[in-house]
Order: sequence, then structure tokens, then C-alpha cells
Amino acid sequence: MPLVKQGRITTDLFVHVADGAELPGDGAVLVTAERFLADPEALLRRPGKLGVLWPNNRSLDDLVPHLDRLASVALVFPTFRDGRAYSQARLLRERYGYDGELRATGQILRDQFVFMTRAGFDAFEVKKDADADAFAQTMKRYSVFYQPTGDGRVTALNRRMQLRHSESAGQ
Amino acid sequence: MTSPLEQKKIRITGPSMVTANRTWDGAVVYRTAKQGWSTELSDSAIVTTSDEARALLAEATADDVGAVGPYIAPVELKDGGKVKPGNLREHIRAKGVTIDLQVPA
Amino acid sequence: MYAYDELDRTLINERVSEFRDQVKRRLSGELTEDEFKILRLQNGVYLQLHAYMFRVAIPYGTLSSKQLRRLAHVARRYDRGYGHFTTRQNIQFNWIKLAELPDALSDLAEVGIHAMQTSGNNMRNVTSDQWAGVAPGEIEDPRIWSELIRQHTTLHPEFSFLPRKFKIAITAAEHDRAAIKIHDIGLRLHKNGDGETGFEVLVGGGLGRTPFIAKTIKPFVPGRDILSYIEAILRVYNQYGRRDNIYKARIKILVHELGIEKFAKEVEEEWKAMGDVGLTLDHAAIEEVRSRFSYPAYEKLPHMPDELKQAAHDPLFERWRKNSVSAHKVQGYSIVTLSLKPVGGPPGDATAEQMDAVADLADKYSFGEIRVGHEQNLALPHVAKRDLPLLFKALDRLGLATPNVNLVTDIIACPGLDYCSLANARSIPIAQELTRRFANHDTADLIGRLHINISGCINACGHHHVGHIGILGVEKNGEEFYQITIGGRADENAQLGTLIGPAVPYAEVADVIEDIVEAYLALRDRPEELFVDTVKRLGVEPIRERVYATR
Ligand code: HEM
Ligand code: SF4
Repeated sequence: MPLVKQGRITTDLFVHVADGAELPGDGAVLVTAERFLADPEALLRRPGKLGVLWPNNRSLDDLVPHLDRLASVALVFPTFRDGRAYSQARLLRERYGYDGELRATGQILRDQFVFMTRAGFDAFEVKKDADADAFAQTMKRYSVFYQPTGDGRVTALNRRMQLRHSESAGQ
Repeated sequence: MTSPLEQKKIRITGPSMVTANRTWDGAVVYRTAKQGWSTELSDSAIVTTSDEARALLAEATADDVGAVGPYIAPVELKDGGKVKPGNLREHIRAKGVTIDLQVPA
Repeated sequence: MYAYDELDRTLINERVSEFRDQVKRRLSGELTEDEFKILRLQNGVYLQLHAYMFRVAIPYGTLSSKQLRRLAHVARRYDRGYGHFTTRQNIQFNWIKLAELPDALSDLAEVGIHAMQTSGNNMRNVTSDQWAGVAPGEIEDPRIWSELIRQHTTLHPEFSFLPRKFKIAITAAEHDRAAIKIHDIGLRLHKNGDGETGFEVLVGGGLGRTPFIAKTIKPFVPGRDILSYIEAILRVYNQYGRRDNIYKARIKILVHELGIEKFAKEVEEEWKAMGDVGLTLDHAAIEEVRSRFSYPAYEKLPHMPDELKQAAHDPLFERWRKNSVSAHKVQGYSIVTLSLKPVGGPPGDATAEQMDAVADLADKYSFGEIRVGHEQNLALPHVAKRDLPLLFKALDRLGLATPNVNLVTDIIACPGLDYCSLANARSIPIAQELTRRFANHDTADLIGRLHINISGCINACGHHHVGHIGILGVEKNGEEFYQITIGGRADENAQLGTLIGPAVPYAEVADVIEDIVEAYLALRDRPEELFVDTVKRLGVEPIRERVYATR
């Protein structure tokens, strides 16, 4: 499964470690929320970056205190119909100021890239190679956005008002 | 994703066929004995046991590109081998709406 | 009319090109049907019995003549020459080919029409009063707000994969023509004590398997905060709405399970926590959208022109005028409803020829503007009264002057088993038979306002729960049966109907409805007492007795 990061297919430095499986001595790992919460300090002390895979039906409250020490938060799309992680992503970025890697896992197709990027994701475990290859292309698909989100893209309404402003200033 | 075969129990009580909608245009199609699709009910492969029905549906379902949403539906076999839709829904799918569409002159 | 600017147009074209790519991937097998289904639904494409169905949005029910002509073109070029106007200000085409859909969408995009979010688990077409901007006594034109909300909800990056579909309706008039109480969010525009404009926000209405009338969550949200408040509701719903069972996934179930107080508290907390996220609509932002709605340059016209006085001698004209012509906020003008319910015809269908002709009439008599209402009729919103007699003649020739608006034959019906793959039973032939039974307009006038609503299954697309008489198709041993309810209503006093007796087979439905109407005529205490009011006064029992006594 290709990982797209910063707009390009890259090697995934993180290893998904299942519950109960032994942790590698070093290197970046992604562990489940349960495993993380059982002993956050021990995991954070370990050499190597730490990421947490956070389920989409769990409140972010338990995660928030640790955010500034995590290298990655992976949110889950069990099916692409299930959009709960979009809200979690926006909250992490926009309300809790998380600025590490925000990774989308699960059923990820190219058709969600724009939504996900706008919600704050910057890393994608993409299901199909063809979709991963099409990432850059897909991100160019839209140039107009109606809603403000934390990604900073200017909304249509603001562009109109700027336009209006510069028109009236030019007169 | 579980396949529809695992999802539902298949039991048929009379002669049946497998029908779906053709992907590119949505037209009503019937699975033929030659592992293809036809818009004619008379071309459909008729099955009479649940095992045959299951096999026909599995084979039809495998063609996800050709047609959408295959399912088993009843038919009536008339004298002389003529095949008729086995219920109102299939009748409407085969023959069209039961409404006279009024197109004013 | 709302005029799309370059940005709106660009967005629609970008969406068309994305959908073109999705269709291409589907046809090549790169996308499975399972994957494609949700993508097509995001853009209004269902699979029905005979073919794909394509649902196109008519935001807040306003169309220009140019747009209507383009809909006619799509009906002719890509479909079978007709379209079906729905109860949510959409139009559906029943025979569209998937391979041709991207071209149909491009053709529509040229005139600013799209199919974004007309199905799927996202925020659907924002609907409003079909008389918005012309109805007397309105607080202000609700379409300004509808458009602001339409933009905000279009391709929303957080709320495009909700637990279930989400429908918003807005009204600004005393009489609710937008059925806001059966929507996920209903918005009633009003002014508070300080003269500030804002909304009463209702939440959790909906029909289907478990019908609920919406409850007020907040009596007043200032206009400038409406987007952030909606955002807070949606965030709570997106997080907590049930995803384990599609029949329990609508917000109405969440509101019901939590209770309105608890739900309101969750929303309030989220709303407070949100802070300033750029959603506040300042005066300039609202005016920016308002400025792109254009209004006709009305003439100063007499209240009672000579043309109207003369035509009053023609009983056919008078009957139609009394039935289909309504008061306009500007003197000398009227709102004219065009009945899409001819005797014996399928409710809500219009042929390409009719659409073209209505577009021409709109150019001639209504400043090029057409409206679509939830009762599946059209309207010309700005007709000078002096033109009414000529308009009547023209509409009559087109079969669009049936004087049955709001009467027993103005039936709302879903497509039912003739088209819909989810149906238990047919709806349209029942409607057709009823229009024949009550074809005599004198009888219909005598009966007075009476709404019959028919759905072919429990999904309630025909709003049967809120019909004065509701008819619901069920299946019994492979046969079509129908449950009949009475006493429902969809307006500001929204109410769910009560079952009147055991389900009846297809062939008996029209008889039973005739008996119900007869019972009402015998029981009402004066001619002005409407059917629903009689039911309210007496309850279901006396009517049930009369109808089922001989059955
Ligand atoms: C033929 C294709 C159609 C299909 C497959 C379909 C499917 C559905 C389904 C599944 C629901 C229930 C959703 C839920 O409760 O969560 C629903 C509700 C609804 N449909 Fe349709 N529908 C179709 C056509 C129509 C038409 C033609 C209209 C308008 C005349 C319409 C108007 C509505 C409305 C207003 C509701 C909302 C009722 C509520 O609030 O629960 N639908 N539809
Ligand atoms: S009510 Fe049922 S039969 Fe009618 S259109 Fe909706 S889903 Fe189909």
C-alpha cells in the first residue's frame, strides 16, 4: 500500500505494530490507542518516533494532552462512507493546534484526497497504486472552495469580496 | 466486503433467472447460459434448484464491469417454452412502466 | 434570480470533470460498483428498475427560462422526452445512460445547473418556499440565506460522508410552504425583539420508517451566526449519529435517543468551543450574495385591470384564476401555479415540449423566471394581472391549467414500483385512478383543500405521513397492498396521520378514498371546515366506522 506524503509517494518509515506484537528496538512505530494509553510514558521514552492510530469513534480528549510529543496521528476510515475522521482531523488541526503528521488510513481512494487535505491530513495510506500515482493531478482538480478550513485556502466568498474591494478601490 | 452470496441465503421455489442492469446504460439484462448478458428475457439461463441458482448468481456477480446488482428472480415457464416474468416487479422491468405517459400533441 | 459568477461556474465545471473521470474509471473496471456507488450517489445518480436515474438540483426552486430549456434539452437528448419534478425541488430523469451522463452534466453546467449532492449521505439541495421573494408579508427573501447555505454545504470537506443524508429547508413566510418541520434542519426566518433578523432552528424532522416532526433547538440564532450554528449541529451529528443501522442513521434518531435538551446541549457546547472559525457572516458577506439576486423591474400597474374584468365572464378562466392564481407582494402582479397534475397523468411529470413552452411563457409573462414547489407543481412568479387571460389560454393548450391546485387531485406521489427498485407497490397508477375518480372540478371544489400523498414504500418519498390522506404501498404475499392514514399535515402545524384501518388491495384503494371523502362531506360541520380540521375535531373513529362498516 503506497504512502503519499507531501504530495509524493514516499517510503513509509513507520511500522504498524499490532497489539501484543513486540516493539522493534528502534525506528518509527504506529501503535493503537489502547496500547498507547496503557503506558504512554514508556512508549514516548522509547528511541524512535511514535505515532498513534486513533479510532474514529473515540473521543479525542485522551489524545490531546500528548499531541506535542507525537510524530504521527493516524485516523481511520473503515469504509470510505464513514466520515467521522474528517471531524477528528479538523479538530486536531484547528482546535488543538496539532502540527505533526496527520495520516489517513483505511479505505482511501483518490476521490477523497481533496476533502482530506482540506480537513488537515498530510499523509495518506492509499489503497490503489493508480490513485497514489494520481495524487498530484487530483489535487489540482479544484480551484474554488466554498468553506473556510484550517488549510488556509481562500474561500469563494472572500475572493469575491477582495475582488469587489479592489474594483471599488481602482475607481 | 462479504460477497452477496455469503450475505443472503439462496432458496428458490420455482424456475428462476439472474437479472441485473447493464453498467454503461443501465438497461435491464438477463444472464445467459453462455456467460453473457442479453436484454431478452427469452435468452436467460433458467435454473430450477437452489444450487444452480447460487452458481449462476456467483458467475454473474463476478462480472462487475458488465452489469450492476445481479439478483435471482422468478420466471414462469409457459407451454411451448416461453419465458415470462414471475412477478410484477420483473414484469415492469421487462415490459416497461404500467403508466401511459401522456405526451400532449 | 441568482446569477452565478465565474467562481461558481468554475466549481461546477471542476465537479463535472471529476465525475467524468469517475465514470471513466467505472466503465474501465478500475472502480468496482461497490466503490462507484457512493461516488455516483454524491452526484445524483441512482440505479432504478429500468435504468439509471439522474437527479438534478433546482436550488430553492428557482429556474431561469434558459435553464428550463436546458432541462428540456437533457430530457430530449439523453432521456425519453420527459422529466419528473420531485418534492424536494429537484428534477429526475429516468432513463439516462451512465456513459452519456458526463455530457449531460456538461450541458447543464453551461447554464449553471448541477447535480451535486442530490443524493448520498451529504447535505442535500437546500430547499425553500417556492414563492420566496414574491409572497406578501415575507420577512425577507429566504433565498439569500438558502444560497449562502448552499455554497457552504457544497463539497464540504468535513460533512460529505455523514451517517445519512441531510436536508435543510428554509421559510420566511407565515405560512410554511417549504415543509420545514419534516427536514433534518428547518429554518424559520424571523425578527427578534430588537428587530434583528435571525432564525428559529428546528432539528430532527424526517419521515421514512420512523417519522418525526422537527423540534425547536434554538428559538433565535442571529443571521450572521447561522453557518457556524449549522456547522456545530453537523459536527455533533457526524460524530454521534448512528452508523450501525441505516434505518437509525438520520439525525432524527439521534435527537430522539438523546432527547432534544441533551442534543441541544451538545450542540451548544460545540458551538461555543468553535470560536471564530471564519464562519461569521458580516454585513458585507450577506450583501455580496444579496447583490447577485436580481429582481424584475416591476411596472406600476392597477390592482384590477380591464383585461381581468372582461375575462371574469369566462367561467373556465374564473375557475382557474380562483384556484391557481395567488397574491403577489407587488400590486398588479400575481403568482401563477402551473398544475403538473392533469387528470389521468403521472403527478409531477413534464414533457420536453411542455418545459420549452413554459420557458417561452416565462419569458413573455414572468420576467423569464420559473419556480418549482414541493407539491410537484411549477409556478410563474411575476405575472402582470392584465396578462392572466392570455396566459390561461396558453397554459390550457399545454395541459397546464388544470384548476386543481391544493385540491384532491393535486396528488403528491413518488415513482413507486413503476420505476423504483425499493418499491413494494405502485404509486403513480393509484394517483392516476384517483384523478379520474375526482375529475369533476365542481366536486373537487366542493371538497375543498385536501392533500393526498402516496409512497410506494416506507421510505416515504411521497410524504404519505403528512398527507391529509396518506397512502403507503406495502407488500402482502407478493401482492400490492396499501395502508391508508388520515389527518396528517406538512405545514406550520405539521402532524403525522393516523392509520384508518387494515391495508387494502390495489383494486380497492380508489373506492376507499372515495368513501373517506364521502364520510368527510357528511361529517363536516360546514363547507369551510377542511378535511384535516374535521379529522382533528372528530378523530379518526367516525370516519373509520363509515368507511369500514361495509368492508
Ligand atoms: C426512484 C428513486 C428513489 C429512490 C431510490 C429513493 C430513495 C429514498 C430513500 C431510501 C429514502 C429514505 C431515506 C431515509 O429515511 O434515510 C428516501 C426519502 C425521501 N425521498 Fe426518495 N427516492 C427516490 C425518489 C424520490 C422522488 C421521486 C422523490 C420526490 C418526489 C423523493 C423524495 C424523497 C423525500 C422528500 C424523502 C425524505 C423523506 C424523509 O424525510 O425521510 N425521492 N428516498
Ligand atoms: S417511497 Fe419507496 S417506492 Fe417511493 S420512490 Fe421512495 S424509495 Fe421508491
